[in-house]
Amino acid sequence: MATVDLKDVRKIYPSGVEAVKGVSIAIPDKELCVLVGPSGCGKSTLLRMIAGLETISAGTVAIDGKVVNAIGPTERDIAMVFQNYALYPHMKVYDNMAYGLRNRGTPKDEIDSRVRSTAKVLELSALLDRRPRELSGGQRQRVAMGRAIVRNPKVFLFDEPLSNLDAKLRGQMRIEIKNLQRSLGVTSVYVTHDQLEAMTLADILVVMNAGLVEQTGPPLDVYEKPASTFVASFIGAPPMNLLALTGASPSSVLADGTVIGLAPRLGKAVTLGFRPEDADITFAAEAPAGALALPATVEAVEPVGAESFLHCVAAGSRIVVRVSGRASAKPGDQLRVVARSEKLHWFDQAGKRVD
Amino acid sequence: MIGQSPLRTFIAHAVLILGILIVAFPIYYTFVASTHTLQTILKPPLPLLPGDQLLNNYSEALFGGIGRIGGVSVGRLLFNTTIMALGVAVGKIFISILSAYAIVFFRFPLRMAFFWLIFITLMLPVEVRILPTYKVMVDLGMIDTYAGLIIPLIASATATLLFRQFFMTIPGELVEAARVDGAGPWRFFFDILVPLSRTNIAALFVILFIYGWTQYLWPLLVTNSNDMNTIVIALRKMVSFADADTQWHLVMVTAMLAIVPPILVVVLMQRWFVRGLVESEK
Amino acid sequence: MGNAWIAREISLSARIVFPNKILPYLLVAPQLAITLVFFYWPAGQALYQSMLRQDPFGLKSRFVWFANFRKVLADPAYLNSIKVTVVFSLATAIVAMVVALLLAVMAEKAVRGKGLYRTLLIWPYAVAPAIAGMLWLFLFNPSIGSLAYLLRSLGIAWDPLLNGTHAMILLVSAAAWKQISYNFLFFVAGLQAVPKTLIEAAAMDGAGETKRFWTIVFPLLAPTTFFLLVVNTVYALFDTFGIVHAVTGGGPGKTTETLVYKVYNDGFVNLILGDSAAQSVILMAIVIALTAIQFRYVERKVHYG
Repeated sequence: MATVDLKDVRKIYPSGVEAVKGVSIAIPDKELCVLVGPSGCGKSTLLRMIAGLETISAGTVAIDGKVVNAIGPTERDIAMVFQNYALYPHMKVYDNMAYGLRNRGTPKDEIDSRVRSTAKVLELSALLDRRPRELSGGQRQRVAMGRAIVRNPKVFLFDEPLSNLDAKLRGQMRIEIKNLQRSLGVTSVYVTHDQLEAMTLADILVVMNAGLVEQTGPPLDVYEKPASTFVASFIGAPPMNLLALTGASPSSVLADGTVIGLAPRLGKAVTLGFRPEDADITFAAEAPAGALALPATVEAVEPVGAESFLHCVAAGSRIVVRVSGRASAKPGDQLRVVARSEKLHWFDQAGKRVD
Repeated sequence: MIGQSPLRTFIAHAVLILGILIVAFPIYYTFVASTHTLQTILKPPLPLLPGDQLLNNYSEALFGGIGRIGGVSVGRLLFNTTIMALGVAVGKIFISILSAYAIVFFRFPLRMAFFWLIFITLMLPVEVRILPTYKVMVDLGMIDTYAGLIIPLIASATATLLFRQFFMTIPGELVEAARVDGAGPWRFFFDILVPLSRTNIAALFVILFIYGWTQYLWPLLVTNSNDMNTIVIALRKMVSFADADTQWHLVMVTAMLAIVPPILVVVLMQRWFVRGLVESEK
Repeated sequence: MGNAWIAREISLSARIVFPNKILPYLLVAPQLAITLVFFYWPAGQALYQSMLRQDPFGLKSRFVWFANFRKVLADPAYLNSIKVTVVFSLATAIVAMVVALLLAVMAEKAVRGKGLYRTLLIWPYAVAPAIAGMLWLFLFNPSIGSLAYLLRSLGIAWDPLLNGTHAMILLVSAAAWKQISYNFLFFVAGLQAVPKTLIEAAAMDGAGETKRFWTIVFPLLAPTTFFLLVVNTVYALFDTFGIVHAVTGGGPGKTTETLVYKVYNDGFVNLILGDSAAQSVILMAIVIALTAIQFRYVERKVHYG
């Protein structure tokens, strides 16, 4: 039962480097909030400030309505899962899970029953007597989760917990974490640089860049209406195709002089974008009405099975088009890339979305 | 592995065996000498095989007292040496692990100044400050005391640097996990840091035990009374090559007793010792 | 700047475990106190005394700036001592390293029995230098030494108690013997760090075993060799005081009086305090130079991972 509220949180290191430049996020009870962004964007620093491992230079962090700026990690009633698991190498799995409870003076038999029941949920019961080095990567990951769960904290914090697992295991653990978080109903903050992980896990997605929040919202909203060129190119794989418009605004001229058959919806727009899956290809000579039709040359075709990615050059830029099944085009083909106007995204000089 | 001819393998073993003969021979021969009568020793060459005086010589050395070193028993000398070696090893590990802990896991004003103060002691071995250090010992009344034998030797940079190096390899995440788990500085130190340093502590213990046991100049300076001698110093006092009175058979027994304990420590704790030595000095 | 910089900031600040103000001072206090009382205070005293000269009765002393240094450095006995030390240190370092390298290379080849060989070869590490000296003197002293007897029966007029060269040979043998174990362990570790693929590649390039050693293995051992050279020199300079004191006492004549032995002798036996202090300071300068060299090596080591 806890909300997490960040109000204009900043982190300035003594050297003057500003890692977090004023972030406000409100996370409702029981929800999973994912902070996503490239490395160095300040997401880990923010998480560590929520944990109490990093001092807060300005702003407030409140857990369950109570400002926790001045109290240490122990008293914040949080639990954290670390990127490299941070299991105590000299302790058995059981002791790794029990350590936090012991330090808090929990009675011995209660520790025992909580460790054992948590181990059962995570299928770790048979491993309680092992040491971390005798476990596989996935098992270590579970122990790290178990150590957090057993404490029954107000908030879970995850710091890129899956980045050391192979792709298959990562997919499994993602589902498991989501299910556990939902069934335990514990408010969580999850940091990752992997946009797929962010999309699939988040109740609230927070995209960060250079110490600031670029966009906050439910993952699909973020995907469908990226608030900036940064979000557009960070969320979604392959990323959104972005084309620059030149000349006096309002402009409908692309960088290489191609005139697009549409007037930009708003005068301020200087960048045009569309997602690979929102485009199609046609060999027809004339452009369909009410759609963008870009003359393009196919450079490479990547068949993935269910779909194919066409890498093309259009208006002097590289763009990607996703078509389902086998592609009818081959490298060297001249064709048109078509995207319907309601699927186009427009961005202004500052990279902000224009609607 | 590239195959090699049997001849080369044979040469390798031959060279190694020759090497072991050179390395082990002085020690072996000391043992041989310690089992012969004084008369046999005085008429070289000494036989290559042990004699029949083992029990006699050892019991005389251990229980008879040795005139030359002022009637101090070998037991007393071994006791002094053990106290010194243990004191140096334990004391050094203790103060080094604490200061390395402070330097790596805390941030405080003058931290780097302290680090350099400790580091520079690498450049000030006892040998280069003999007289003034002796004077400090006299002023502090530490001549002929165990504290005098031990304390000035326990401050040195090497152990601190080793612990610091090791502590810096401990991932920050582990420290943070401990903090989230509610461990304060002392709990972290005893529950996590010390258990993780076990191998380093064991390795250092061996190296420092040997260091303490084999000290020469320092005990020579700070002990006047024969009661406080270490076995190495006492042995030196027993020996006079010009003097026909030297009880060689007993000297050899004493030499064996001075050599065997540290050799046992090194051989029995070889695994840690070798690791610690090669890692700490690099 | 940028990300890497921030990442480093974070990793540095991640080391701030406990925001405790007083505890760290308590933790460094014991070591610091001992260091100040037994290292810095005496070292400072040595510096100060090196510029004082006492009158013959030891009643008064006056400040003479660098006169003691000038006197010491002009003293033929001191210059002789420098020569003795250089010869002794180099000879000890070279003998100890050559023998150890040979044994280490052979131990690499002898796949079987490696552990046993190592166990038997590390013994001398545990022997005090002074005792090492006494054992060698026991073997080689002219009156009762069995090996001296052997030498004499071979027609060699061996007498380390009267012949300076013989005394030096005896000292070097004992000092090098004691150091073989240490060097052996480091060379073995160094040899194991040589990538096997390099040796295999050289073999495919047609290099024979001897050639492989000199063109591939030995150059790659250079850091180890250099490190050991410094360590052995420091050892020969300082740790061998016990050997000299127990075996020759600097004699015969002054043929084996090393720098450290002379500091001790002038200070404790002859009681020429100013000279002894000046010599201490010179020694300090030597150690500082050697440590600086070693530290540079350590630094490079760190950069190469």
